[in-house]
Amino acid sequence: MDPLELARWQFGITTVYHFLMVPLTIGLGLLVAVLQTAWFATGKEAYLRMTKFWGKLFLINFIMGVATGIVQEFQFGMAWSEYSRFVGDVFGAPLAMEALIAFFLESVFLGAWIFGWKTLPKAVHLAALWLAVIGAHFSAFFIMAANAFMQHPVGYRVVDGRPVLDDIGAVLTNPILLTHFPHTLMGAYAVGGGFLLGISWYHLWRRRADGIDTVDADGRVVVGETGSAARDRQDHTVWLRSLRIGAVVAIIGFVGTAFTGHAQAQQMIENQPLKMASAEAACHDGTAFSVFSFADLSNRSGATTCDDVVGVVEIPGLLSYLAYEDFTTPVKGVTTLIPEYEQKYGTHLPDDPMYGERAGMQIDYQPLMEVTYWGFRLMITFGGLAALAAACALWMTRRGTVPASRNWMRVAVLSIGGSFGANMAGWVFTEMGRQPFVVAPNPALPAGDQVFMFTAAAVSPGVDGFEILVSLIVFALLYGTLLVVEVVLLARYVRGGVPAGMPELTAHEHADPADHDHDEDDVLAFAY
Amino acid sequence: MAETLPTIWFALIGVLWLGYLLLEGFDLGVGMLMRLWARDERSRRQLLNTIGPVWDGNEVWLLTAGGATFAAFPHWYASLFSALYLPLTLTLVGLILRAVAIEYRGKAITDAGRAVWDACLAGGSLLAAFTVGAMLALTTTGLPLDANGDRVGGPFVWITPYALLGGVAVVLYAIAQAWAFLGLKTDGAAREAARRVLGRWLPVLVAPLALWVVLVVARRGAVLPWVLTVLAVVALAAAWMWARAGREGLTFAGMAGFLAAGVAALFTAVYPVVLPSTIDPAYSLTVENASSGAYTLTVMAWVTVVFVPIVLAYTAWSYWTFRRRIAVTHIPTAHAVRPV
Repeated sequence: MDPLELARWQFGITTVYHFLMVPLTIGLGLLVAVLQTAWFATGKEAYLRMTKFWGKLFLINFIMGVATGIVQEFQFGMAWSEYSRFVGDVFGAPLAMEALIAFFLESVFLGAWIFGWKTLPKAVHLAALWLAVIGAHFSAFFIMAANAFMQHPVGYRVVDGRPVLDDIGAVLTNPILLTHFPHTLMGAYAVGGGFLLGISWYHLWRRRADGIDTVDADGRVVVGETGSAARDRQDHTVWLRSLRIGAVVAIIGFVGTAFTGHAQAQQMIENQPLKMASAEAACHDGTAFSVFSFADLSNRSGATTCDDVVGVVEIPGLLSYLAYEDFTTPVKGVTTLIPEYEQKYGTHLPDDPMYGERAGMQIDYQPLMEVTYWGFRLMITFGGLAALAAACALWMTRRGTVPASRNWMRVAVLSIGGSFGANMAGWVFTEMGRQPFVVAPNPALPAGDQVFMFTAAAVSPGVDGFEILVSLIVFALLYGTLLVVEVVLLARYVRGGVPAGMPELTAHEHADPADHDHDEDDVLAFAY
Repeated sequence: MAETLPTIWFALIGVLWLGYLLLEGFDLGVGMLMRLWARDERSRRQLLNTIGPVWDGNEVWLLTAGGATFAAFPHWYASLFSALYLPLTLTLVGLILRAVAIEYRGKAITDAGRAVWDACLAGGSLLAAFTVGAMLALTTTGLPLDANGDRVGGPFVWITPYALLGGVAVVLYAIAQAWAFLGLKTDGAAREAARRVLGRWLPVLVAPLALWVVLVVARRGAVLPWVLTVLAVVALAAAWMWARAGREGLTFAGMAGFLAAGVAALFTAVYPVVLPSTIDPAYSLTVENASSGAYTLTVMAWVTVVFVPIVLAYTAWSYWTFRRRIAVTHIPTAHAVRPV
């Protein structure tokens, strides 16, 4: 087995999986902190219930992000030792800062928040959650600073062919970071908002389906209640308010990703023009944005190349607008760019032992076009659908409840997947689009000051394919199993409603008379 | 002078590993004792909740040790973790299983489900402790590295008596550390067991770790590591004496002193080598040839000087906040949500 291909699959699988949890941790964490602040400020019971319920789902997801994040700290050294040696002087710093500044903050204060409901004064307890949420944001910042260096190296000088850090300020204010970081945060907020929306819709629907809430002749909600605190009038407030907050946040997130994404496209056209061209399947210079193209595979079976691309629907001028904010400046296509890359960065891999068997092979500068093209479009489509769903939800719930239709409920729950899909597609696009480089060159610098590294050179020379295959299988099976476990648990706690996250709400309604072996005042407010 | 910064960073990496072994040591041990000692659900939950608010923060010491090694000694990071690819994979699997089990075991709705999570928790703790110990032992005794710092000899070349010794050492040390911690954090049967076990078995539980230190220090034969080794043994003797006298706080302090002096002895014994090559000493990674440039080390030193005291302060606050002893009677009724 080829260690390079296995290592790439492994990095892709483990990182995309980790990033299923991360945006929900960031987005939902922020929302829970906002809800608890609202409870702290107003003392309203509904906000406490929202904090407890959403906080419980947040924790079920958080732990999976923590567990899979451990792998991220070490796998650069494991399968990518040449990469680690090459960029370590620069790349290690933000990683160490992430651990020291962000992870400690997040972990220690989240632990205090989970266990501190009774122990800590209310204000301190709230502050603990905010510090944990701030820690999550710091973490995103530092790891994205590291990633930005791979996309666009800055803040270094070249010593013996390697980048050596000489300006940490430049690394932490990399222009790529300044657009990617808010873009990623906005994507995370969209995930958090969509999560609130879909689940709240489900509960409002169930209250209608169970005959608790009804609508009057004007279509306005008539809130009802059962005898249980789990289905009282407050419960309606919990879900309706969660839904509307979630929908607004999802829309803000989507608009935010659109603006930051536009700024990213303008940077990309300068820094990684071939990535942008591949995102468009733009083979030849032009101004049109492709809405739909497909690959004609009738006469070959291998990778898609420019010879196969068949444009179907194009919007003239739009691509130029996205890149340069006018409608006429042509954007360079793949067939123009590849010779430029070959001239700058060589046509063949150097005859260096670090390339192993690949030394001297011809370099294919073309990223996998079907991945970049569809990754880019899926990102926008998923994000747009989720935002559309949020806007519809705001409109449809304006009279206080959701339609009784089961299908609308299904659509609302499915829309949660939209923002997740957009996040994943965006990352796959930007990382696959960077290929064949693991560290892409910074074309703004003079040739002598540039550093870049081909992915083919980055893999660990001492590790053989067998080992990576073993770990790839182990991680894939483990992660797959844990994903099922997490989704089953999330679904169960979602269905349980507020009491799932706040057992004290209904505890007295079905107290177990046999359970008298401890004094209620003396037990922990929360225990594993 | 040029070696001052890398040397400071070598010491800081030592401090990070010490923090990890000291704090996650008892976490991992508590995880194992949930199966080895606790016999019923209430006492299992009692044990788990002693580490509940702090275990995740403790684990960050490992991530920080990894990240700081990457930043300060990229060649050490690259060679060590690629050479130890399979054992590190096992560490990661153990830590993942354990973390998820801590959060999810209380959500199991059947005894069988809970038993699976307990196996993940105890087994993951054991796996992580053993492989971390094995890898640290090999870091002090060496790996077959070529001139580029890459491993030769195949994926299983790390399986040596030293790896076995280090693995056993950290597993048994973690169990001893867990008893010392439980002595401070519990009331009732667990506290009594802590006193009994440490009073009788402390030297046995810590012997493999002491043996590892002595073997590494003897290979070098310098004065300072021997002095530190003697200090470690003195601290251990004191800890044992205090354990027999039922002085729980002092027992924990004595064990921490033993660990601190022991880790310091290991690090000073191998210095200036950070990762020895068993093929040719010329291929060994040293503080000089494995480190980042002076600028990176200076930046990271300032980050450390500013943030480590802050981290220590709020970590101490967290331990102080949740200092109460936990008895079986403090554990609330379980309320796993059932499927509807």
